[in-house]
Amino acid sequence: MAFKFPVKSLAGREPSHGEGFEFFLRTAIPFLGVIAALLISAIILLFLKTNPIVAYSAMFQGAFGSVNGWSQSLVKATPLLLVGLGVCIAFRASVINVGGEGQIILGALAGTWFALTFPDLPRFILIPGCMTAGFLAGAFWGLIPGFLKARYKVNEILSTIMMNSIALQFMNFLLQGPMMDPEGIKAGTFLAQSARLPPTSWLARLIPRTMLHSGVYVALIFAILVYIFLWRTTIGYQIRAVGLNPRASRYSGINVPFNQMLSLTIAGGLSGLAGVIEVMGVHRRILEGLTGGYGFTGIVAALLGSLHPLGMLPASVLFGGLLVGANTMQRAVQIPAALINAILGLIVLFVSGSALWIHQIIKKRKTAAIVVALPKAAAASEETKS
Amino acid sequence: MKVMIQHVEMKGIVKRFPGVLACDKVDFDLKAGEVHALLGENGAGKSTLMKILYGMYQIDDGSIVIDGTERHFHSPADALDAGIGMIHQHFMLVPTMTVAQNVALGQPSSRGFLLDLDVVSERICELSAEYGLKVNPNDLVGHLSVGEQQRVEIIKALYRGASIIILDEPTAVLTPQEVDDLFIILKKMVKEGHGLVFISHKLHEVTALCNRITVLRDGKMMGTRSAEGVERHDLIKMMVGRDLKTLQHRDYNPGPARLEVRGLHVTGDRGVESVRGIDLTVHSGEILGIAGVSGNGQLELAESLIGVRKVDSGSILLNGTDITNLKLNERIDQGVAIIPEERMLDGAINDFSVQENVFLHDHMEKSFRKGIFLDFKTMAAHARELVREFTVKTPTLDTPIKNLSGGNIQKLIMARELARKPSVLVAAQPTRGVDIGASEYIHQRLLMQRDSGTAILLSSEDLDELYELSDRIAVIYEGQIMGIFERKDTDIQTLGLLMAGIKPGDPPKPEKVIAACED
Repeated sequence: MAFKFPVKSLAGREPSHGEGFEFFLRTAIPFLGVIAALLISAIILLFLKTNPIVAYSAMFQGAFGSVNGWSQSLVKATPLLLVGLGVCIAFRASVINVGGEGQIILGALAGTWFALTFPDLPRFILIPGCMTAGFLAGAFWGLIPGFLKARYKVNEILSTIMMNSIALQFMNFLLQGPMMDPEGIKAGTFLAQSARLPPTSWLARLIPRTMLHSGVYVALIFAILVYIFLWRTTIGYQIRAVGLNPRASRYSGINVPFNQMLSLTIAGGLSGLAGVIEVMGVHRRILEGLTGGYGFTGIVAALLGSLHPLGMLPASVLFGGLLVGANTMQRAVQIPAALINAILGLIVLFVSGSALWIHQIIKKRKTAAIVVALPKAAAASEETKS
Repeated sequence: MKVMIQHVEMKGIVKRFPGVLACDKVDFDLKAGEVHALLGENGAGKSTLMKILYGMYQIDDGSIVIDGTERHFHSPADALDAGIGMIHQHFMLVPTMTVAQNVALGQPSSRGFLLDLDVVSERICELSAEYGLKVNPNDLVGHLSVGEQQRVEIIKALYRGASIIILDEPTAVLTPQEVDDLFIILKKMVKEGHGLVFISHKLHEVTALCNRITVLRDGKMMGTRSAEGVERHDLIKMMVGRDLKTLQHRDYNPGPARLEVRGLHVTGDRGVESVRGIDLTVHSGEILGIAGVSGNGQLELAESLIGVRKVDSGSILLNGTDITNLKLNERIDQGVAIIPEERMLDGAINDFSVQENVFLHDHMEKSFRKGIFLDFKTMAAHARELVREFTVKTPTLDTPIKNLSGGNIQKLIMARELARKPSVLVAAQPTRGVDIGASEYIHQRLLMQRDSGTAILLSSEDLDELYELSDRIAVIYEGQIMGIFERKDTDIQTLGLLMAGIKPGDPPKPEKVIAACED
């Protein structure tokens, strides 16, 4: 699972041989896993007397066959990418964040609250303000399980899942009470949703008559920031060290619990940001079912992207496309909705399985490479001595 | 007992692992009634060659001939059937079972479906008496000392009718006295017509026990010598490929006290008090050796000194200031450095590159970062300098450290720790599992560091190493210091007795009465 990006090419040092091939393997094989999963799913489709070619081409058409398809896929890719980036940071510290759903909700609530409370702020303050509020609220929701893990060794998988339930009920309470849309109360519909956000807080739509909004840029920028964070900063270095070997990290004076807590907090913040962007870019208000399962699907997208911020760019677009295309496919060939979940599940299985396979290939190549390289290095050091 | 094997011949053995040639046309033979030593550094192919004979690995080329017929062993069970047994470095015993149960494990019972532990016990007693093994079949294996467990392993092999027994580094875990006892047993076995293979990298043991010595290096056979009249430095040259520099006699001028330990009590992992009231002082320019059999509190002592293990009571002083309650990080910054015992678990991060491993602590140093950003340029320069200075063999700085040999990893860890110019260095087993060339280098470096004024606390299971390097030696036994001696005032025998918990003047321990074996 450990992905190592060739840092040296960015640091201006020469990449050692075999690097290019390794990079290819690590990036390409997860996508081959997706294809294998689709082939297996094709057999299931055949059992249901559905023509898989028709089904898949409907899926592809729906996701990437038109401008509208593309923009829908990107709209879904945006929260997946942000949640996935958080998962990736946490995973690097060997902490598993399953709390994306709850963090998305908290971020959405905080962003909505900010926009509704300060509707008169100028646009260039209001939008970053909402995003900051969303990030901080999500981070807080990640900090709690992070603190519990660091201080009391509470398993973060359980605690983050429980935090999801708390967040969900909290949102239900707010939407049916204090935050309920006054318009809805007036009209007597009593829908569980908040008031509409002031237009100054809306994210710009990039293509007319589509949902594609400028939040996609924010997600892109954060992908680059997370990459820089993990591989160029001291904190990122510590987080990776802690994830790979907590014992050696501890022996070197790195504060292991603190870094685990920090990684979960940042992960929460990124999910919170996903939530507020979903509100500002798509719905323009907070409403039930806002999370759309992104908190969980984001984990899978992160795995597909080899837990690397840049690998997750294509991975999240692909997964966004799968979500969009699955709907089209369902409509086109009339297959049960549960099958879509089965296909997504197969993809997860194949992608995580492929990681093992890559690991083996690389290990074999490495031992071979060392046998070649070591005598050379020895000869070189002999030369420098004399 | 089965028919005793008279002659085992391994001819032109070739064994390849992915990317490595572990055995390259090796010839080896063993006759009944001799001990044949396999000598070589780590990774030379000794264990691989013997695991082939024991059926654990299959050969790629060559043949194994036993008493004139060619044999193929597909598993250890095949080899055992043919009369070849192996005693591994790590014992294969169930600690919660008795000796007899362990021996009976996996063996057909003489009573079909019913257990025949009494028959097994009887046979154990017979074997025990015959070879002087002093093993009680009713003892719980978990209660036995390491030396006794080893004898159980020998019994196991004998019980299964092994006439050829391979011993893989059998002395690595024993005290000097236990080694002597083992040698007596082994000599008795040879007299009874067994053939023994003795894998080791300790020269004096090999020359003391064995009849013939075969040296392997990098999977190739360097030659076989008769143990009689062989010169030690000849063997070293065959093993390492060159002569070793001898350590010079050194002046001992200790400076002021750097590290003081007062009444230290520490609890180990199993909740048992592992360090029970230790007082120590290490001075500037001094190496204080901690001698002791593994598991007597050395690990816990080292861990509490650097701050990864909590101290129950007592105090630790660094240059006169109390650091007992300081965090590990603060201790490092104040000048404590450690070479951890578990190099691959505690000393390095396998998947990090050589360069990244150099900065596990120092990345927080101002000179290696610009704000929160790592300064790759100065980092690379520093790492390159360390790799060069400590002659770490690595293809590049970006090579994952797990691809380096044990010796090179240890050199890198040492480079990293010494680069901080520590005032106290805790070196736990710095040369365990490290090849001779690298050990020699590490020894020299430790002495250099001592001469430059660092106080070094060195713990090692290798008494020879300890005796050679230390200025003073403290013997630790069950969490207590049995005595501290200046090197010139003591010898290995005294130390060995203390390591076993026997103080000079104590009456000799009564021979264990083996009740179960008496009629």
